[in-house]
Formats: sequence, C-alpha cells, structure tokens
Amino acid sequence: MSLVSEERTHADHLSGFAGVEDYWALLKPRVMSLVIFTALVGIVRAPGEIHPVLGFVALLCIAIGAGAAGALNMWWDADIDARMDRTRSRPIPAGRVEPGEAMIYGLLLSGASVLMLGLLVGWLAGALLAFTIFFYVVIYSMWLKRATPQNIVIGGAAGALPPVIGWAAVTGGVSLEPLLLFALIFIWTPPHFWALALLKKRDYEHAGIPMLPNVAGDDETRKQILLYSLVLAPAGVAPFALGMTGWLYGAASVVLGALFLVFAWQVYRRREGEAGERAAKHLFAFSVLYLFLLFAVLLIEGMAR
Amino acid sequence: MTDKKGVVLTEAQKKSRKRRSLAIALVLAFLCVLFYVVTIVKLGPGAMKRSELPQIETIA
Repeated sequence: MSLVSEERTHADHLSGFAGVEDYWALLKPRVMSLVIFTALVGIVRAPGEIHPVLGFVALLCIAIGAGAAGALNMWWDADIDARMDRTRSRPIPAGRVEPGEAMIYGLLLSGASVLMLGLLVGWLAGALLAFTIFFYVVIYSMWLKRATPQNIVIGGAAGALPPVIGWAAVTGGVSLEPLLLFALIFIWTPPHFWALALLKKRDYEHAGIPMLPNVAGDDETRKQILLYSLVLAPAGVAPFALGMTGWLYGAASVVLGALFLVFAWQVYRRREGEAGERAAKHLFAFSVLYLFLLFAVLLIEGMAR
Repeated sequence: MTDKKGVVLTEAQKKSRKRRSLAIALVLAFLCVLFYVVTIVKLGPGAMKRSELPQIETIA
C-alpha cells in the first residue's frame, strides 16, 4: 500500500481545490445553452409527439453530450488555452483540474449521455449524439483545429447537429427540415467565428492556431465573411421558401438576412483601425442575435402549431 | 518511504471535496428519480390499471 507522504504533496497542488464550478466550467455552459436551444427547436418542430419527460431526457442527454465534448476539447487544448488571454483562466490551464481528470470526466459523460439517449429515447438520436461528440473532439479539436484555416468551416458540423438530434429523438428519422436547420448553423459558423478571429488574431497567433486571418490575412478573411454571408442569407430563408415555416419566420429571415449582409459588407469595406475593429465586433454580436432570433421564431411557430 | 498519515488535505481542500461529494450525491439522486419517472412513462398509462394486469386464477 503506498501512501503519499508529505503534506505539501496535495496542499501545494491546486487540483485538490477544484470546485463544483470548475467541473461545470469544463462543460462550456455557454456553448451548452446554445446547443440546448437549437436542439429544443428540433424537438418542437418535429412532426409527431414525444412525451414531455422523454423530451426533457433527450434535451438533457444532448446537453450533457455537448458538455462532455467541451470537457474533452479543454483536455486536448489545455496547452493552447494556456497561451491565450481568453482561455487562460479555464480550469485545466489554471491548474485547478488535472488534464487526466478532465479526460475521464469527458469520456464518462460522453458514454453516459449517448447510452441514456439511445436506451431511453432512440438509437438514431443516440448515434447522432455519439457522432457529434466524435466529430467535435477528434475531427475538429484533435485534427483540424491546429492543421488548417478551414478548421471552423468543417468543424462547424458538430455545432450544427443538435437540431437534427432533437428531430431524430421525436421522429426516429431525419428529413429535409432538420437538414436545412443543420445547413443554416453550418453556414453561419464561419462568418461568426472569423469575425471573432479578426478581433483575436494575436491571441490565435500566439497559440499557433491557423485561423484564417493568421494564414490568409485580414483582407481574405473579410472577403470570405462576405461570401459566406451571401450564402447564409438565402439559406436562412430556405425553410420558408420550401413551405416549412410560417410568414413570421419568412419575414424574420429576410430582414435578419439583409441585416447580416449589411454588417458583413461593413466588415468588408472598413478594413483599417478602430472602424475595422468595430465592424468586426458588430458582426460578431449580430451573428449571435441572428441565429438566436431565427431559432426563437422557429420555436414560437412550432409551439403555436 | 511511507507515512501512515497519508495525504493530508488542507481545510480548503476538504471543503472543496465536501462540495464535490454533495454535488455527486445530488446528481445520483436526480438520476434515480429520473429513471423511475421514465420507467413509469415507458410503461404507459396501462401500468396503473389493475384490469390490465394479468389475472391470477384462484382455485376455488
């Protein structure tokens, strides 16, 4: 039996101080809230019925799965998190949680959430959740993030899947409407993150992450933001154009899409100094509002049916 | 070399551990309730009706 001898062994080690809030922070609660919201829209929009308790279980499992993916991402990226101002105070780089603990925590929650969703709600939803976690952790975090400026373009698929999982939880299948919601979030992700990358370019450079502004330059990033926004605006209207939503969503998607283009155009035009920075900040903030409002309208229309 | 005292935690570490233990206990209690409720939901409304339970024949 081996006992660790000196009092200092643990007293000096910060990991013993990890509080409940640190384990909560490992789940990336802000990302989780967006995942819960978009998954809820998938559940509400899906045709057919799900018992409210099972609907709650589905949402809970999707949230835990997303949180688990976040914990595994923090475990893998602890070295680069320590080099960035934005992420330096996260539990692992701050020394409050051991990397190994975070890994086991993430793996356990991943397994538990997938099993629970599969056993209690449906195996297609469970399989989609498993794929989402795998995609975010292995494809995005371990592979793409440090390898290519297209990291968030491809990696965005993980963030776009929750409404599809929610839909599958109710129907046991996947159809065109959830795929349109997937496409909407997928196309929205690059301009959203590149606006942030323009603002945090030095941070990313310091961490050695090949974000588009660091690799291709600010001008190319601004052009790409505009191009993606040109695709995003009609993609946002598509669910209405294909007769899947009501007029409220139709009007909201047209107006919000037009505003998104205006903000993207300003990012494209205003390239220098404070004005350029402000334009990127405005687009980043509006992009969050854009997605939130579109999904809120989808939710309202779905609940009113 | 070993010390029979083992790992000695500071007061702050003990407090953190107590809070973590409490959180785990709450999560486990919540899961127990959740699985119970889900089981009832999955059984469906018929589970509560005696008439739908298999009848045991009694010997007269």
